[in-house]
Amino acid sequence: MTEAATVDARPARRATRITPVSIFLWALRIAALAIILYGSYLSISSGRLTASQWRDLFVFGISTGSVYALIALGYTMVYGVLRFINFAHGEVFMVGAMMAFYVANALAATTLWTSSPVISLLIVLVAAMATSTSVAVIVERIAYRPLRGAPRLIPLITSIGASFTIQYLVRGLVGPSTKAFPRVESLRGTTEIFGLVILKSQVVVIAAALVMMTGLYLFVEKTRTGKSMRAVAEDPETAALMGIDVDRTIVKVFAVGGAMAGVAGALWGLVFPSLNFFSGFLPGIKAFTAAVLGGIGNIVGAMLGGVSLGIFESVGPSLVLAGYEIPAFSQLKDVVAYAALVLVLIFRPTGILGERLAEERT
Amino acid sequence: MKMKRGLKLLALVGALSLIIAACGGGEGGDTTTTAGGDEETTTTAAAEETTTSAAEGTTVPAGELGTVEVAAGEPIKIASAQTISGDTASLGEDQVRAIEIAIADKGELLGHPIELAFDEDEGCNSEGGQTAATRITADPQVIAVIGTSCSGAGVPASNVITSAGRILVSGSNTSPVLTSDLAGNEGPEHHEGYFRTAHNDAIQGAAAATFVFEELGLTNVATINDGDPYTQGLTSAFEAAYEGLGGTIALSTAVTADQTDMRPVLTEVAAAGAELIFFPIFQPAGDFVAEQALEVAGLEEVVLMGADGLLSDTYVVLPQTENMYFSGPQTPTGDAYDEFVAKYQEAYGEPPIQSFHAHAYDATNMVFAAIEEAATDDGSGNLSIDLQALRDAMHSMTHEGLTGSLSCDEFGDCAAPNIDILQNTPETADIAAVRANILATYSAEQLGF
Repeated sequence: MTEAATVDARPARRATRITPVSIFLWALRIAALAIILYGSYLSISSGRLTASQWRDLFVFGISTGSVYALIALGYTMVYGVLRFINFAHGEVFMVGAMMAFYVANALAATTLWTSSPVISLLIVLVAAMATSTSVAVIVERIAYRPLRGAPRLIPLITSIGASFTIQYLVRGLVGPSTKAFPRVESLRGTTEIFGLVILKSQVVVIAAALVMMTGLYLFVEKTRTGKSMRAVAEDPETAALMGIDVDRTIVKVFAVGGAMAGVAGALWGLVFPSLNFFSGFLPGIKAFTAAVLGGIGNIVGAMLGGVSLGIFESVGPSLVLAGYEIPAFSQLKDVVAYAALVLVLIFRPTGILGERLAEERT
Repeated sequence: MKMKRGLKLLALVGALSLIIAACGGGEGGDTTTTAGGDEETTTTAAAEETTTSAAEGTTVPAGELGTVEVAAGEPIKIASAQTISGDTASLGEDQVRAIEIAIADKGELLGHPIELAFDEDEGCNSEGGQTAATRITADPQVIAVIGTSCSGAGVPASNVITSAGRILVSGSNTSPVLTSDLAGNEGPEHHEGYFRTAHNDAIQGAAAATFVFEELGLTNVATINDGDPYTQGLTSAFEAAYEGLGGTIALSTAVTADQTDMRPVLTEVAAAGAELIFFPIFQPAGDFVAEQALEVAGLEEVVLMGADGLLSDTYVVLPQTENMYFSGPQTPTGDAYDEFVAKYQEAYGEPPIQSFHAHAYDATNMVFAAIEEAATDDGSGNLSIDLQALRDAMHSMTHEGLTGSLSCDEFGDCAAPNIDILQNTPETADIAAVRANILATYSAEQLGF
């Protein structure tokens, strides 16, 4: 019976493969690749940028991308468990960055800032994590838990409302002005790793992001709590029947996602030392893009998606657009980022690692 | 059932139209607009109606734009459309304060109190400018608008406000597109009825270019704008003047106003071999350019130069903006200005926070002078202000203001400005000190305008 079904299914599938739509899609894929490759060829052969400048662009991309990846984790974990996009997550990140600014500013007035920068940065990190975690948990409690079981669109709209609420609460609390992070003297300048000259602040950001992401991966894969998260993501009803407290697990998911956003906020302050109440919006959207790029619902996918989006954004304009001599191409950075998303999705509609979603949960 | 719904709808429409009629009637009641009763006249009064209403009063030349009638004892309404929130709030707040001081100084205009009827936020973008202008022009009693702060908001605002017959007088729009390039070519966004007391960026661009080429001796520079009409206008004026002097524009590029990662674009600047970056943009993008420029390989020695949009107290305190050059309008001098600053300090507890307060003060006073010129009194305190006569008065007057002698050309540029080149040195601790650290001053004549 089963054998017959698979035998039947095969020719049927093959027949559906060659349709005008699939021919169009393949033509689109080939055209897109050709445009990118020819642009890159033109750009590289012009010799406009030196090898070390290309390498710098990659490093800039990786450091921005690691921050995107940390934020993307929150989107993807919440999506994995609740199947909706928490648009307030960008604001959770911004609140963390804001707290990092205030703590760093207070510390910068003390001698601790210069005498032991590692400890002060850790304090900043912990404060940002704590703030973001609490905000994420409070938002879950107030805005999402009452809507458990409602159609998925409803918490989605609520999350947009929550996003505005947090933004303007922060604006009310700290004012609309742009705040400048204090400088960490010991993180100024460059350092050499494996023969690469990299800014020290970027080394810290990339390293911290790597540590946090490895930690998160181990947490989700190896611990009991992680197991319960995966169980709830798989099937909340069955998980509840197996004795898992679904609400508690969801709170933990928000807390972990918030903590990652808090780390991202503190690290953001190191690479881009200016922020205001609106600073969470764009990184939030970018991280959401990264999560989709990597395959939403997939933790490793979010990490990969974040880093690749950062690289696309940083290298893309100079590599592809400059080849066609498009004026002021740096302005089109965001266009490149979203075009990259579209391109990845026409090759892999579920994202880079988005296999799991092939079986859509109802 | 269907009938019932239809009836309900009819009733709703009826009720709404009653409310609208009541509102319209109310407005007609406290202030006599032209040819009472006709709803049309509340937005733009047509010529014939003006003539009929004018015929009842004194002999007013019938303008094509209509008239605004102010009954005895009623206030003369003007409006402000400035950026009063977000990153550019200081630019607008500074001017709103100046307008308030100008109103307080004037006290009464032709026996009528002056009311700042609107204090709209134009948000320093075109959507904000459109919204603010639409809201203001919905009130038929508003005679003039002082604004906008940003040229980006000025483009739609100029269109909406001048189409409604009113005048828009800006204290800080500087983009050439709003008036002309000062060589007789009308800007694409120029509308009759738009005036400004701020300088035209054709002059600022030329001043910055002359300084870079002649004083700093640099011949290879890059420019960065953010797509906003102000930044685009200024960078292209700079480029034209700089190439005219014999310099090379190594790279003319753009970022977006909300971009944070400037390192890729700065890498391109380094690859182009630029010795100086001229980036007349706003905060926070300007912060990121300054902060990241010195970190990019090949730009360790690059000279940074911004313009008046970055001359704010939160920008010059950034450590990375040390030694950075700025171009900006000359800070006025003289007793009248000192007196103004004293009033400002007394009313708001701090010295002026941006560059354009004096321009906004002058703009407001020019509006008052034009209203005095264009208004006719019927003898019992009822004013009739012909809007065409108001525009003519703006064009024909010479106003001695805090920023100098102002007389408007045919495209609405009223200033004959001096541009200062400033430098933020380690010794200049705040914006006032930077403004005082003048390296060069260029007048419009010196630059050939």
